[in-house]
Amino acid sequence: MALSREQLAQRVAQEFHDGFYVNLGIGIPTLAANYIPEDMQVMLQSENGLLGMGPFPLEEEVDADLINAGKQTVTMVTGASLFSSAESFAMIRGGHVDLTVLGAFEVDCQGNIASYMIPGKLIKGMGGAMDLVAGADNIIVTMTHASKSGASKLLAECTLPLTGKGCIKRVLTDLALMDIVEGKFVLRERARGVSVEEIAKLTAGELVIPDNVPEMRF
Amino acid sequence: MAGFDKVVTSYAEALEGLEDNMTIIAGGFGLCGIPENLIKEIKRRGTKGLTIASNNAGVDGKGLGILLEDRQIKKMIASYVGENALFEAQMMSGELEVELTPQGTLAEKMRAGGAGIPAFFTATGYGTPVGEGKEVRVFNGREYILEEALFGDFSIAKAWKADRYGNLMFRKTARNFNPMAITAGKIAVVEVEEIVEVGQLDPDEIHLPGIYVNRLIQGTFEKTIEQLTVRSA
Repeated sequence: MALSREQLAQRVAQEFHDGFYVNLGIGIPTLAANYIPEDMQVMLQSENGLLGMGPFPLEEEVDADLINAGKQTVTMVTGASLFSSAESFAMIRGGHVDLTVLGAFEVDCQGNIASYMIPGKLIKGMGGAMDLVAGADNIIVTMTHASKSGASKLLAECTLPLTGKGCIKRVLTDLALMDIVEGKFVLRERARGVSVEEIAKLTAGELVIPDNVPEMRF
Repeated sequence: MAGFDKVVTSYAEALEGLEDNMTIIAGGFGLCGIPENLIKEIKRRGTKGLTIASNNAGVDGKGLGILLEDRQIKKMIASYVGENALFEAQMMSGELEVELTPQGTLAEKMRAGGAGIPAFFTATGYGTPVGEGKEVRVFNGREYILEEALFGDFSIAKAWKADRYGNLMFRKTARNFNPMAITAGKIAVVEVEEIVEVGQLDPDEIHLPGIYVNRLIQGTFEKTIEQLTVRSA
């Protein structure tokens, strides 16, 4: 079975460590905040200038001056700090954020990522994604393994304009968790009930299959 | 003698000297912390051919979006321009030129502009459409592209509180691009929710010193929320 959005978020959260500063992109990455283990401290960075983002506000707490990078109203946790966009991207570009999680259209086995632009379709912009992938050392890309018509999104070479070059080392799809090592995808884990053959069939880039590929555990 | 007193009493006075084809650097993120009344004044003035650098371009009928109604913007420098049908239409028809700039690079271009740094190297955008045609240098084995600073004829920004000298405090995530935008304009115009007497702000708690501010005006704000999201108790 392919992972649901919630399961993807749950698997992402397993990458969190106590004391991590984490930037979560819009969509599935944001959901991962719901699965931070209770015995662990994780501080969420929102690139519009907030470190220590809390949950959505109660109706009476709503503050137009307090939003996240998706322009949603949010709250702050105890110990939060506020700063300008330049400061925010200084911490991102300077490699101070421990983990970045974001979505993509395509990833290739050279570690390239395409996530912001489909030529001929409407271009809305890259927002902070280019800075995040260039600045972070530890990035997880979450995406579906293939398109609805079965075309692989894990390629030998990205076909869409890039968001970043050679910066991705770990990809979590609805079917598998993979690392990118020396120009190859390496299969680490598979979704429950999904066969190695099925994953191989839907992975266009070169794939290394270790002897033992365990199922993901939640 | 005005001395360091930056306060002006009308929006017309706040934007005096703004002419067609000028460049404006604007603060704000989405509709959060935008200089909404200064934008309305630009609409009222009817200034045309503007180049505007701002993270976003407002939404239909709000923020910078209202300047599209009378085609006042010639070029937009932004990181994300979604949520705006009129913007899309003018971009698709070629009436509006758009220079998409990564968010952190945009913030740094403003900061550099205000800090007298003409250009800087960043890894952001290397190997992507953003890096095309830009000088590449290798430092410590990694490629970086040269990005040039931004300068404006005017900056427009919003802060929370100010003293009459233009010393500023921002509030929560309404700070965003505002401090850098202010520094990058030749004439920096800031609107605030409250102006207090000099001496009433703790010098240690001032986010941006008044040296960067040329004109200061107190306004009232709609503060539109783009994505109202709440949890239940």
